[in-house]
Amino acid sequence: MTVIATPAKTSGRRLTSRAVASTVVVLAALYTLLPALWLLLASTKNADALFGSDILSLRDFSLWHNLRDLFTMEDGVYGRWYLNSLLYAVLGAFTGSLISVAAGYAFDKYEFPHKEKLFGLVLTGVMVPPTVLALPLYLVASGIGLVNTFWAVFVPVLFNPFGVYLARLLSSGYVPNEVLEASRVDGAGELQTYFRVSLRMLGPGFVTVFLFQLTAIWNNFFLPMVMLSNQHLYPLSLGLYTWNSSATVSPEYYPLVVIGSLLAVVPLIVAFLTLQRYWKSGLTAGSVK
Amino acid sequence: MVACAALLAPFTALLVAVFLVPVAYAIGLSLFSQDHHGLGFGGGTTVFTGLRSYLAVLTDPSFVSGFGVIALYCVIFVPVVVVSALVLALLLDSGLIRLRRTAQMLLYLPHAVPGLIAAVIWLYLYTPGLSPVIRLFARADITIDFLGLHTVLPSIVNIALWSGLGYNMVIFYAALQALPREVIEAARIDGAGGIRTALMVKVPIIRGSVVMVCMFALIGALQLFTEPMLMNQATPMVNSRFTPNMYIYDAAFRRNNYGLASAASVILLIVTCALSYGVTRWAGRQERSAR
Repeated sequence: MTVIATPAKTSGRRLTSRAVASTVVVLAALYTLLPALWLLLASTKNADALFGSDILSLRDFSLWHNLRDLFTMEDGVYGRWYLNSLLYAVLGAFTGSLISVAAGYAFDKYEFPHKEKLFGLVLTGVMVPPTVLALPLYLVASGIGLVNTFWAVFVPVLFNPFGVYLARLLSSGYVPNEVLEASRVDGAGELQTYFRVSLRMLGPGFVTVFLFQLTAIWNNFFLPMVMLSNQHLYPLSLGLYTWNSSATVSPEYYPLVVIGSLLAVVPLIVAFLTLQRYWKSGLTAGSVK
Repeated sequence: MVACAALLAPFTALLVAVFLVPVAYAIGLSLFSQDHHGLGFGGGTTVFTGLRSYLAVLTDPSFVSGFGVIALYCVIFVPVVVVSALVLALLLDSGLIRLRRTAQMLLYLPHAVPGLIAAVIWLYLYTPGLSPVIRLFARADITIDFLGLHTVLPSIVNIALWSGLGYNMVIFYAALQALPREVIEAARIDGAGGIRTALMVKVPIIRGSVVMVCMFALIGALQLFTEPMLMNQATPMVNSRFTPNMYIYDAAFRRNNYGLASAASVILLIVTCALSYGVTRWAGRQERSAR
């Protein structure tokens, strides 16, 4: 009898553990999802309805109205912020990844004096968070008259020591030395080999470094806040921050901050969903080692 | 050799221009101070003051209290984020959950939301009048103040938790997936249940990842700026020197004291480096003694 009873008991217990486990995960997913859902619903409300009682009611559906306000407020400065953010993030991440991947590749494939000392400096750079450098960077930029320019934000964000570390790791994994030998035997120059052969093999790694940097630059807040006073150079984060301070005085800014935030999230969500596998490979390479 | 130099040159130039030079310049500036004479025409003179700025920063209660805030924040944040991310990762790894990929994606979602926007969303969920949460509590006759003296720090922790939970869970999950299945099989044959296997076998093996997550949480905590800066606009409980980074911003741009701001920056830099160096060393020793 016990032979029959035992599996039944285990399967019963397994069913309870399954239920408990699922409940915990569903609760966690609700915790992460609901605030984002609130942002979505709130973006369809005008200022009055935002302070009204029923978030789920669609009676005052003013999404289009909010969108029009968003892009016309203060002479359409929001559109300007959006373009700035795209420029800082996409161009910055692309250029930055080219620089980091080239350096990581050089660290992996070449021997040169003081190599490991220099790489130690790179690792120190990984450990130093960008916010600690913001004020020192401001002091230097103000010394050479670059404060409150596009370059004051654009150049510092190109520096990505974590990208160099990751690229060195990926280069040793994905670019076999035999391939380089073969290319050299064919008479190709070193740089030619890098651009024609190695960079192509490092493609997925490049996308990973790009994604990490894109997220970091899109998130950037302290550096632009320190560097910029001209509203027309602001990225989205800083622009929304100033509008939020305006909202404490004039509540008509609240719906604009809400819908402005919603639109500002879109590019990263799209990049994340379409390039998921690259992102994951970077995370595991960076953590498991 | 030429090729190697060409590949390395752009990065090295950046390393010098946006890392080494600024740090050196900040250290230099922290040793001087601007004296403004009379009405301040002509910019005044720069005088060498040695470590006086450091002394001023370190004896300033509003700077020291910033580190107190960070410490308290860590005491709440680190255990909560590590334990909850670990539990979720273990549950996903246990095979008890269906739709694992969907669950991972939903939990990771907030990480794709920029820090400032995450802070805006939660700030509005904390704001009376705007917040459906407060309204819901009010219906049950419970008054809740998310921005009060004792609740404002947990409220900030919650924002960080929301942003980081899925991210850290994925790190743990990736480490768990890399575990050799034989080890877990062996534990099962020895009669260990799911929870026992998780706590006695899986967690000890991935403790390297746990230490790493803790370290990044600590370093991240020292940089706290965006969330409290936004809260500062909404509640008097968060003053303009609430965290070390806010102190630096305040010293440089509200008090125009670059010497003080540089000294504070250098101190924060040293604390951050010392902390990450210390934790890495400690983790390395643990790793070696375990072998």
